[in-house]
Amino acid sequence: MLPLLRTPVATPHTLEEALSLLAEPGARILAGGTDILPNLKRGLGSPSTLVSLHAVDALRGVSVGDAGLSIGAGTTLTQVATSGDVKRMAPSLAEAAESVASPQIRNMATLGGNVCLDTRCRWVNQSDFWRGALGGCLKSAGMNPEASFAQAGVCHVVPGGKRCVAAISADTVPVLIALDATARVASASGTHRLPLAELYVNDGVQNLALEPGEMLLGVDVPTHAGARRERYVKWRVRGSIDFPLVSAALRFDLDAGALTQARLVVGVLGARPKQVAVQKVALGRPLDQALATELAELAHRQCKPLENVPYEAGHRRHMLRVLVRRAIEALADEA
Amino acid sequence: MNEPRETPPGARLLSFRLNGEDLSVATADHQTLLELLRYGLDRVGTKQGCDSGECGACTVLLDGRPVLACLTLAVQVEGRDVRTVEALAEREAAALLDAFDRHDAAQCGFCTPGVLMSAEALLMDKRRVVSQGEARAALSGNLCRCTGYTKILDAVVDASEKLVEAADRTREPAS
Ligand SMILES: Cc1cc2nc3c(=O)[nH]c(=O)nc-3n(C[C@H](O)[C@H](O)[C@H](O)COP(=O)(O)OP(=O)(O)OC[C@H]3O[C@@H](n4cnc5c(N)ncnc54)[C@H](O)[C@@H]3O)c2cc1C
Ligand code: SF4
Ligand code: FES
Ligand code: FES
Repeated sequence: MLPLLRTPVATPHTLEEALSLLAEPGARILAGGTDILPNLKRGLGSPSTLVSLHAVDALRGVSVGDAGLSIGAGTTLTQVATSGDVKRMAPSLAEAAESVASPQIRNMATLGGNVCLDTRCRWVNQSDFWRGALGGCLKSAGMNPEASFAQAGVCHVVPGGKRCVAAISADTVPVLIALDATARVASASGTHRLPLAELYVNDGVQNLALEPGEMLLGVDVPTHAGARRERYVKWRVRGSIDFPLVSAALRFDLDAGALTQARLVVGVLGARPKQVAVQKVALGRPLDQALATELAELAHRQCKPLENVPYEAGHRRHMLRVLVRRAIEALADEA
Repeated sequence: MNEPRETPPGARLLSFRLNGEDLSVATADHQTLLELLRYGLDRVGTKQGCDSGECGACTVLLDGRPVLACLTLAVQVEGRDVRTVEALAEREAAALLDAFDRHDAAQCGFCTPGVLMSAEALLMDKRRVVSQGEARAALSGNLCRCTGYTKILDAVVDASEKLVEAADRTREPAS
């Protein structure tokens, strides 16, 4: 029904093999395949080779060290959601992983694939035929050289816009940023680390700060001392399977009932998550009803969803305020 | 069917276990497991619905866990264990099939193979009476356009009860 292009698939067994295969121009990683295969079936992308990671055991697993939690990019979302270590040390990450798609998809999908998920837009995540009727856009033109439509340099979300604003829609990303996670990145020529927030740039065509040939090895979530409350919330239409239409990760560190750190990271706005500036209002205060209302207002003021994913931007903006308020109220009740 | 065939150009020989039988078959790199099952091996029990991960009609068990055959490449199951709805005709799934029958849990039946595989995975994993909530969560990736789900969920819970009763009977010697 939706046949794939005849792309060769490489099946390396070691990381070294995978990295050298990925160094070939046009090669792309296939992890769980739950994002890239639907996209390729719809003519989004035309890799020269797919480098499947399914046999690279070195990328899988959750481990705990002095510095914190370390999760391999190949770990499935089911494993992340059910790991005792993740639930204990980063409960909102388990919550976010559990909220992705369906059980079948979580059994296949990897954390690396979620962190590197392609951005989504209602004008692009459609069939070739559907997109062809519009003539393409900044993102879809050029993704498939065999597409039926000509190159088009327009954006249907922001008419006249020169930069694609397709939305980052991965559930684990806002959480990982709120928890100060770092990404471990490798290429055939070496390994480096960067704060997860810096993995994303403001361009929906390619929102990852990865060079060709680079891949994510895993993410590290630092340990913390003292009391912490954290939560991930997403709004979507069908609670059973849908992508988030707006989402928020919240993290509050407390000392003797007063906030010493506060994070509010919002997803599904543009190409990268937005960190709402909450410190000035929140630090030093208790986690209570008044703060819930104020931070919800702050999120509403600072975040402006666009018409890039289904459902009206105005309603998504309203739901963000509702979600944030309810989440903080629930965290305050946990005392 | 399990005789190795000649490998056409651009293809490779794939070995895996399908419903307890060791197979070696030719497959092309870009072929999905769903395409291999249906069009290469004539196992048409596994349904092709949306072909893009949304409906769950293509659910199969890979090493015992439910996955979507439409989003799995055939080459990814090398050396692994795949079970499809055809395997449920074996005796151990009789309680599940019987419960679906008694509860009228299938109407058009298109979703049923996928639903059964998700349900089978739940029952094999828990091996106890499951709650409606657990059944609901386990089947949340399976769309049904006919039944309204109520009869399906009742059947799954009922099957788990019957399995526990059967296990108790075999454990307690008759007095
Ligand atoms: C019906 C449906 C519903 C969905 N709902 C949700 C949802 O609610 N929330 C959500 O977040 N997602 C959702 N998804 C998307 C997807 O299933 C998940 O995001 C999943 O985590 C992707 O992981 P994967 O391993 O399958 O990625 P893949 O599809 O294998 O890869 C995704 C992208 O990441 C790249 N990549 C993968 N691994 C690496 C690596 N180690 N280093 C560098 N690049 C890499 C790939 O090249 C590709 O571009 C849904 C998908 C479907 C089909
Ligand atoms: S935001 Fe604009 S350019 Fe980007 S995918 Fe959507 S329509 Fe295309
Ligand atoms: S056919 Fe695979 S999920 Fe619909
Ligand atoms: S019985 Fe028809 S789709 Fe479920």
